[in-house]
Formats: sequence, structure tokens, C-alpha cells
Amino acid sequence: MIFVPSWMGPLSAGKHHAMATKASRSTARIMMAPAVVLLLGWMLVPLIMTLYFSFKRYLPLRGDSLERGLEWVGFTNYSRFISSSSFWPSIQTTLIMVGGVLLITVVFGIVLAMLLDQPMWGQGFVRILVIAPFFVMPTVSALVWKNMLMDPVNGIFAHLWRFFGAEPVAWLQDASLGSIIALVSWQWLPFATLILLTATQSLDTEQLEAAEMDGAPVLKRFWYIVLPHLARAITIVILIQTIFLLSVFAEIFVTTGGAFGTRTLTYLIFQRVVDSQNIGLGSAGGVYAIILANIVAIFLMRIVGKNLDE
Amino acid sequence: MARAVKTQRRIITTIAAWTIGLIIFFPIFWTILTSFKTEAQAINDPPLFFTFDWTLENYAIVQERSDYMKFLWNSVIIAGGSTVLGILVAIPAAWSMAFVPSKWTKDILLWMLSTKMLPAVGVLYPISLLFVEFNLLDTRSGLMVVLMLINLPIIVWMLFTYFKEIPYEILEAARMDGAKFKEEIFYVLTPMAIPGIASTALLNFILAWNEAFWTLNLTAAKAAPLTAFIASYSSPEGLFFAKLSAASTMAIAPVLILGWFSQKQLVRGLTFGAVK
Repeated sequence: MIFVPSWMGPLSAGKHHAMATKASRSTARIMMAPAVVLLLGWMLVPLIMTLYFSFKRYLPLRGDSLERGLEWVGFTNYSRFISSSSFWPSIQTTLIMVGGVLLITVVFGIVLAMLLDQPMWGQGFVRILVIAPFFVMPTVSALVWKNMLMDPVNGIFAHLWRFFGAEPVAWLQDASLGSIIALVSWQWLPFATLILLTATQSLDTEQLEAAEMDGAPVLKRFWYIVLPHLARAITIVILIQTIFLLSVFAEIFVTTGGAFGTRTLTYLIFQRVVDSQNIGLGSAGGVYAIILANIVAIFLMRIVGKNLDE
Repeated sequence: MARAVKTQRRIITTIAAWTIGLIIFFPIFWTILTSFKTEAQAINDPPLFFTFDWTLENYAIVQERSDYMKFLWNSVIIAGGSTVLGILVAIPAAWSMAFVPSKWTKDILLWMLSTKMLPAVGVLYPISLLFVEFNLLDTRSGLMVVLMLINLPIIVWMLFTYFKEIPYEILEAARMDGAKFKEEIFYVLTPMAIPGIASTALLNFILAWNEAFWTLNLTAAKAAPLTAFIASYSSPEGLFFAKLSAASTMAIAPVLILGWFSQKQLVRGLTFGAVK
């Protein structure tokens, strides 16, 4: 999907290189074949089909069918997808959701990583508590948040609000996007924390201690030593999360169903394909989503690629 | 004096960390707790913490009404099957890339990774169409293959990073002792690779277990795993908090436990070796 090779140059000759003989090279190629062929098929076949449909009028409910042949409509689906009144709101929703979740998970992730790196009692146990949400399946997280926490009558938040004499909030209607951001952040905070914690632990403590002895205040030490050290891990967290967040689905599917301003680009495409059965339009939307994901992916690949050379 | 300050600091960090940890864990704790209440107690105001009559009836009801075991079994088969398939395809590939690298190795690795970035919704219709065409809709084998393919890049990548860590000197020593290629693989390399393979399998089992796009869109009644089973609770009838909690607890418990063993692999598997 992404054409990266040129800027990366050849793989540095590793120590394993010496092993390679001509015979083992051809064996290696055969061993690699199944994985490469499968992934190539998995990538190309659906992608070509999506591209094909995106240039066609394809409304199965109105009698269009593959057998009778589909009408070629050029870029009509592409322009219609963009000019539809739900396109820009969906882009806006997507950006707010992804941006919101990134901001929350990165900031709190750094705080938590710094905290968990300090000496304390029961560190292993706290780590387990913090990481747990990552292993909860998305449909469970979404339903637990929707009902047990955010239900306007019986949810924990409603109990809390009433306890303090406030009117309970119908979270998923009145603060729908914020609620989704909170829920998704809860799911991804463990991931950010874990990676930032791993990076924090490789920090050179001598340097920090030296800075402390020189009387550098905490904030300065954080800003000039810790943050630059974490920069790469933060970038990785942002890129990987962005790719996963762009395709958040189940969380919206079981909570709002795309209503109340929570229709992201992914969900809009899903509705075009599944609900309104407009395959051509949905496919054009799919191509936009693929392009969007690739813009992020290129940056991620650049970092991962550089890392391979080290 | 210095020691007292240190202890004091330790107490403060401990309290802060435990508080935050418990808040983050609370939704899970609350779900597990509620699963042992009756429906009336589940919505009691104020919320009941430990002073209620513990009951297991919700678990019985969930099993009876919606045949939980069937969905559990589907999840096990689909997640397990896709992991085994993925590992079988990935081992030779990762092996050859780690031990016989060519100038293309890096490009291939990165390209594999890039297939992971393909947004699922972009290819939803084509995949559904192919599933209909090949009679795979609502089958476990179909889902097994799809989940294997979406996780294959991660499996190859993780195995590659593990295999690369196997020191070349050991291989050389084995050769000096006259080991043949076959012996080299079975007696020298395999034992060293097994922990890496196990970790990779574990993480991918978890990812497949929790996958909730294809499992929701490609299954109906027969092959639906736990993700879809839980989603059926999104349109409730009457009081259902306790039953929802029991169903949720059963769906997440196996993986929550496995997950605690896989913390380290998580970083390696999802950052593609870029954070160490």
C-alpha cells in the first residue's frame, strides 16, 4: 500500500549476513512466500474491489447487480461523498475524537509513567490495575460505560451527581462526543502508560541526579531531560494510536449508533455501505479513509524503518 | 533525616499511585461486583458495595438464556485458530528474514506492517462479498482466516525481533561441533525460539479475542464470538445491569488473566521494536 523503499537504503549488513549462502537464500525465499503471498492477496484484492466499486453506481436495493453489470460513473461518488452534508461534520468529529483521546492519553500517560517509575509499595499490583482496561474487549467497555457508569438514572455518575445535589446528566446524549472520548481514552491510557513507562525506565538516572545536585528545579529537569528522552516514545504512541483511533467502531456501534454528533468518518462509511446500501458511495468514502490512514502511516513507517537500521 | 524524607516520599507516591490505579480499575471492579447482585440491588441508590446478598444466579441465567458456552467456544476456536495459523505462516518468514537477511528484508517488513494500516471499513463490502461468494459468512473458519490476516504483520514482526536476539555465536559453536542444518534447527535454534513464539502467540490470542469490527460484521448467530454476544446486550429489556455484568465478566475474565502475563510483549508487539 505504501511505497517506502527508496528513502531507506539497503539493510545494514548484520552479523547474521555471514550465514547466508546461495542455497540458503533460495530456501529463505520459499520460506517467506506464504506470508508474503497471503498478505499481498489480503491487501490487493479488497483494495482493487473497493477502487472498482468507487467508480460505479451500485445500489443493490434499487436493482443494481454485479451480474447485469454496473454503470461507470467516474468520480461522481467521490464528489458526492465530499459534498454530502454529513461529510465535513464527520471529519470534524473524527478529528476531535482522535485529538481528544491523544491529548488525554499522552498527558496522563506521561504523568502515570513518571509516577509508576517512583519507588513505592505494591508497584506490580498498581501496574496490573492500570493496564487492565486494555484487555477488556471494546464491546464490553462500551456497554459497561454506557450502562453501569453513564446511565442517567441508575449509573454510578448519576448516583454521584445526586449525592452532591446536582441533576444527573444524560451523558451519551448531551455530552455524547465527550463521553466517547472518555471511554476510548480509558481503553488506550494503559497502552500509552506502558510504552512511556518502558521508555522512562531506560532514562539515565545519573544525569537526572547530577541535574538535581546542580539545583535544577523539578519542572526544569522534566522539561530539559525527561521530556526529550521520551520524545520518540511519545511520537510512537501518537502514531500507533492514531491509526487505531481512526478506525474506532464498536464503541460507537453499541453506544450512540452514530447519533448525537458521534458519527466519525469510519462510522459514516459503515452506514453508507450497511444501512443505506450505497456501495459505490461507501467505497469512495473507503478510499478517502485509506488515504487518510496512509498519511499517518508514512510517518510511522519512517520512524520504525530508521529503528531497523540501528 | 534523609531517610525519613525518602520514606515520606515513598508513602505519598504509594498513596497517589494506588488511588489512580483503583480509579482506573473501578469500572472493571464495579462490573465484577455487580454481577453478584440481584437486579434490584444492582440499581440500588445509594450503590451497594459489599453489603448485599451475594448470588450466582446471574451467571446461571446468562448461560441458560443466551447459551454463553457456545459464544465462548466460538471465541476460543476463532482466536486460537487464527493464532495457530498465523504462527505457522509467520515462523518460516520471520526465520528467514532474521537469519538470511537480504537487501529486501527491511522493505518487506515495513510493507507487511503497512498492510496493518488499511482501515477495515474501507474494505468492508469487498470482504463481505467474498465471504458470500465462498460461503464463509457466519462461519468460524472464515473469521479465523480474516483475523489471522489482520494480525499476521504483528506476528511476523514480533517473531522477527525475537529471532534476531538469538546469538549467532551459538550457531557457530554448534557448527564447529559438527551439527547439521537439521540438527541446528531442532536442537539449537528451536529451544531458544520457543519463549518468543509463546509470547507472540499469547499477545495475538488476546488481540484476536478482542477484535470487534470483523467479528461484529461477518457473523450472525452460528459463529458469533463473545464480542458479538455482548453487543446483543446493547438493546436491553427491563432490568439487566446484573446480567450484563455477569456476561461481561465472563467475556473478559479469560483474557484479563492472560493479559497480565503479556505486559512486556504488549510493548514489543505493538511498537514494532521502536520502543525498548
